[in-house]
Amino acid sequence: MLMASPATSPVKTPLAAKATAARRRQILAWGLGIAALAVFPFMVYPLFAMKVLCFALFACSFNLLFGFAGLLSFGHAAYFGIASYVTAESAKYWGLTPELSILAGTGVAIVLGAAFGWLAIRRQGIYFSMITLALAQMVFFFCLQAEFTGGEDGIQSVPRGDLFGLIPLGSHMAMYYFVMGVFLIGFLIIYRTINSPFGQVLRAVRDNDIKATSLGIKTRHVKLAAFVISAGVAGLGGATKALVFQLASLTDVSWQASGEAVLMTVLGGAGTLTGPVMGALIVTGMQQYLAQFGSWVTIIQGAIFVVCVLAFRRGIVGELDRLAKLPAFWRRRRAERRFTPAPRASTDF
Amino acid sequence: MGIAIEARDLSKQFNGFFAVKDVSLQVAENTIHGIIGPNGAGKTTLFNLLTSFLKPTHGSIHYRGRNITHLEPAAVSRLGLVRSFQISSVFDQLSARDNVRVALQGKEGGSYCFWRSTAALARFDDRADELLEMVGLTAYADTASGSLAYGRKRALELATTLALEPETLLLDEPMSGLGPEDIGPITELIRTVAKGRTVVMVEHNLPVVATLSDTITVLARGQLLASGTYAEVTANPEVITAYLGEDDDDE
Ligand SMILES: Nc1ncnc2c1ncn2[C@@H]1O[C@H](COP(=O)(O)OP(=O)(O)O)[C@@H](O)[C@H]1O
Ligand SMILES: [Mg+2]
Repeated sequence: MLMASPATSPVKTPLAAKATAARRRQILAWGLGIAALAVFPFMVYPLFAMKVLCFALFACSFNLLFGFAGLLSFGHAAYFGIASYVTAESAKYWGLTPELSILAGTGVAIVLGAAFGWLAIRRQGIYFSMITLALAQMVFFFCLQAEFTGGEDGIQSVPRGDLFGLIPLGSHMAMYYFVMGVFLIGFLIIYRTINSPFGQVLRAVRDNDIKATSLGIKTRHVKLAAFVISAGVAGLGGATKALVFQLASLTDVSWQASGEAVLMTVLGGAGTLTGPVMGALIVTGMQQYLAQFGSWVTIIQGAIFVVCVLAFRRGIVGELDRLAKLPAFWRRRRAERRFTPAPRASTDF
Repeated sequence: MGIAIEARDLSKQFNGFFAVKDVSLQVAENTIHGIIGPNGAGKTTLFNLLTSFLKPTHGSIHYRGRNITHLEPAAVSRLGLVRSFQISSVFDQLSARDNVRVALQGKEGGSYCFWRSTAALARFDDRADELLEMVGLTAYADTASGSLAYGRKRALELATTLALEPETLLLDEPMSGLGPEDIGPITELIRTVAKGRTVVMVEHNLPVVATLSDTITVLARGQLLASGTYAEVTANPEVITAYLGEDDDDE
């Protein structure tokens, strides 16, 4: 109506075909991913594989907030760590089965996330980050001082127990497939959230908070909901980790752990679905296989991080995504040029 | 004819400086009400007050007889009083169609269905495409809105605003940043959407304001100088001074 616009877009009819092709590609990707997870413990130490999956959940949860809601939380270790303590406590002293201990840990992380999120989303940008950091430090000191957390020692020799009271998880292989199941549940929650009506609103709030408000969206509620989901998935990772290593310790509730979630996400690709998983694999891998260099690990890690951020601003998966989209981009550009009437002098409309 | 919006003795102070001072204003239902005034007159601040994006220092705002002074901005929008922004305001990383779909969701208060697939949004597609066509963006439905030309962003913003089917529309300089050849079509679009609606429009382009507005209010230095038809306000000596005397440096 406003201009001699290209009457209809040239891609109208094959839209359905395109959708089924995309669907087929997606199913293939999921199949490949699950297959890779299934053979993972045959390629590396099972314990290492489990560690990667726990941190992958942690990084994915951070990414939901940072990549899709634009909220940089510097205190995600609070949810990861508190869940690990609660799970260790309930498995060791209350004798809960592993799945119930994990649920207990995750539940506490969700409640903590709701409380901290409610406080933090009142502020924006760096102030939001500072509040999350300060609250997480409070949790750290609580865990250092409290009775049940065992101070510097943490909670040790946590029994893995029997899944549903039936399947013993003592062997690393049995434990791995349990962890893989937990990971898939957490990952699916993130996937669904991102690809849902809520996910679209969340991205809108990230891109332009004020505009979203003007459209009648209660942006604070949206952010809080994302915060709670994120804290829950972080908790799921931490809870599982406590059973894997049969240990809950201060490391997982420290600000360094929060930093690792940031590192993994940015390295793998913030705002991508699989980037944080890739980042968790790389960072955990570096810590594992560069351990022989002692304290140099941190420096090597830092150097790799700086190089990656300078070279691939979108992270590894982000850059791969961009490369994959380039042909379509140029095709669209060409088509547009073919269909658009000759450019006019002023800001064309 | 009823009163859609009423501002009573509205003032907004920033660090001791009045951006809006004692403004009382009535906007009649189903009219186009133009607001003009030099830069810095307080027009955008007035819009922010009317839509609750800013809370007034004094005074109150009534929408269809209801006091809305203390509502949240999202709640004001859901009452049917929707504003657009002076600086083009879109969701950069979302496609044009998704921008409109978010608006259509916003109409229902925004969705918290994180457990449902985006396929649930398909029901908005027809309406979204209709709105995109209305503003001439059909060919750009799948383009990330951040990479659209400025004029197209403005058109998209109109589409998102219209998606809410607001009873009252507040447009903050809808023509700013547009090329001369787009002024005509946008003027027509505003005229079309104003049928059966109340429109309040801040605009610097005086011919546009003159052709569209039923009533015009002139603001200067935060205060209301005059209100009336275009002929009335442009004949007002105070208005002439405000435009030619004090602010001859801008525009
Ligand atoms: N958030 C704010 N803080 C301080 N001063 C402001 C703020 N918003 C607007 N102002 C001031 O209020 C006056 C009116 O601004 P504005 O309403 O944007 O004018 P207009 O839209 O008529 O050009 C200007 O002098 C501006 O600098
Ligand atoms: Mg303004």
